[in-house]
Amino acid sequence: MENIPNPNVRMWQGNVACAEGAIAAGCRFFAGYPITPSSEIAEVLALRFPVIGGNFIQMEDEIAAMGAIIGGSLGGAKTMTATSGPGFSLKQENIGFAVMAEVPCVIVNVQRGGPSTGLPTHAAQSDVMQARWGTHGDHPIIVLCPSSVRETYDLTIRAFNLAEKYRMPVILLSDEIIGHLTEKIEIPEPSTIEIIDRKKPTDTPENYLPYKMDDSDIPAMANFGEGYRYHVTGLAHDETGFPTNDPKKIRAQMLRLNRKIQRFRNDIVEVETFNTDDMDVLVISFGSTARSAKRAVINAREKGVKAGLLRLKTIWPFPDKEIEALYKPVRKIVVAEMNLGQIAHEVEWATRREKPVVRVNKIDGEPITPNEIFEAIIS
Amino acid sequence: MDYLYYLRKEKMPHIWCDGCGHGIILKSILRVIDKLGWEKDDIAMVSGIGCSSRTPGYVDFNTLHTTHGRAIAFATGLKIVKPNLHVIVVSGDGDATAIGGNHFIHAARRNIDLTVIIYNNYIYGMTGGQASPTTPIGKKASTAPYGNPDAPFDISRLAQAAGAAYVARSTVYHVGKTDRYIEQAFLKKGFSVVEVMTPCPTSYGRRNKEGNGVEMMMFQKKNSVGVERAQKMSEEELQGKIITGVFVDKEQNNYLQRYDEVIDKAKQINQ
Repeated sequence: MENIPNPNVRMWQGNVACAEGAIAAGCRFFAGYPITPSSEIAEVLALRFPVIGGNFIQMEDEIAAMGAIIGGSLGGAKTMTATSGPGFSLKQENIGFAVMAEVPCVIVNVQRGGPSTGLPTHAAQSDVMQARWGTHGDHPIIVLCPSSVRETYDLTIRAFNLAEKYRMPVILLSDEIIGHLTEKIEIPEPSTIEIIDRKKPTDTPENYLPYKMDDSDIPAMANFGEGYRYHVTGLAHDETGFPTNDPKKIRAQMLRLNRKIQRFRNDIVEVETFNTDDMDVLVISFGSTARSAKRAVINAREKGVKAGLLRLKTIWPFPDKEIEALYKPVRKIVVAEMNLGQIAHEVEWATRREKPVVRVNKIDGEPITPNEIFEAIIS
Repeated sequence: MDYLYYLRKEKMPHIWCDGCGHGIILKSILRVIDKLGWEKDDIAMVSGIGCSSRTPGYVDFNTLHTTHGRAIAFATGLKIVKPNLHVIVVSGDGDATAIGGNHFIHAARRNIDLTVIIYNNYIYGMTGGQASPTTPIGKKASTAPYGNPDAPFDISRLAQAAGAAYVARSTVYHVGKTDRYIEQAFLKKGFSVVEVMTPCPTSYGRRNKEGNGVEMMMFQKKNSVGVERAQKMSEEELQGKIITGVFVDKEQNNYLQRYDEVIDKAKQINQ
């Protein structure tokens, strides 16, 4: 047989797949600040954007990078920044602005060990709660976790689609292992990729309400400089976008803001199950650790223990319904994550502590091995 | 000219106190926009937090009221994506040079094509008169009840040292100069800064016994010294004076022009 190389096959690391996924999604503006282990994302886009009509800028700090992508998105571009733990902390105030002002954008956090400078070159999954609650105030957020290089590509595209669809920032929560893991992947044909763009106003500029309360719960978004002169603020505002102190109007907008996620959570939440049909032990994991978890489940099956895996691709909003649908018949639940139990806590909540939840945690920069999860399954 | 054409009338009255100079600066900005014939759709005004930063809410442009100190960062992203927009940042002394100081100096270094108009009133007015990076040594503020021990920034000199293409300082008393400097700044294809000294009788003047808004403007009249004359004066003679005039007016490639060169180079290499 003739050996014809497939032009769509690449050997990429996760961070490269993230940058290429962003390009495929239509991202044409990236603002960033160097930080390990995310810098390759910036480096690839610095190389690629000038050739394909995009703009790359290295900003003076993480805060500025987050501000710049919000400004760029208001100008109509699909925009992204990438960082890691400490930088993610710095971005939180402006992430809150993007939530409040409903500005679509994508923030990548390639997790490393923390707190503080922590373990810059080692993996962790300890920003689960920072991703959820890092910015102040009651707010909705979408957080996606890839477990492979190909999935980094796919979920980066999905992050843009969800950001545009729901007018909000979306966080891609990768980790150092996935970011620096090199795998062979086959990239999809561009024509097969679903691309979603923000809803544009159909009203005339005179009648345009940037935060309109209607049945959709997602107001149409005009780009700056295209005839719709409106006001954007991080202050509590009414339908017109101008600040208000009217409790009724504030309540209505705040509830709509949070309802976007509650109402559309089934469209947002994605999980993957493996061997869950007849299981006695449910293993829950995400990101790089889910790879070890899958191997542990296979090994347990070989030993005659009926284990199954639920892999969370979306972690916020939390896949509580998906867990609820699975946990009743099992005798125990194993949650494997590179932190001290941030997802395990949510699992206990979702299962009302009806089953023992065994935690497999690691916080020393080393990956969780299949054997460590296997031991927890069979013990 | 018809100021009301540019204002969001329904947002009046504004929040600025009696005797505040901010409205005078706003009128200067609107006069220059009218003179240049800029379309409202083609203007974006971006601000941070503070009294000055409420300006965008009152004007009928594309307006963006961002987080404290970050206006220049947001404006940079907007300008890159929409280079044909006239992007104007309005900011205060605290917003631009304390919490936003890093963005201010780096935007000057980068020479991104924005105009930043800084309303310098020596104080955090909105929040009740806390000391700012321009409060002079010894002056009183709510957080400096015995007098300010901190040395102030000279904002225009800071912008100059950081590489801005155009830097000028005026006062709200010197309206003609303010108009002229804002016009020159708007026409500059690079990072331009106009620092306008403006009285805050409520939070600064009262505490430091400097009188009402009119008296504070008379102080500006008496104590302003042109930049050329200032060069011939000793440091003692310049104590307490406001140096006004154009500090920098130079031609240099701005960030977007340099990024265009990057694009050309990248395309050649990747052909």
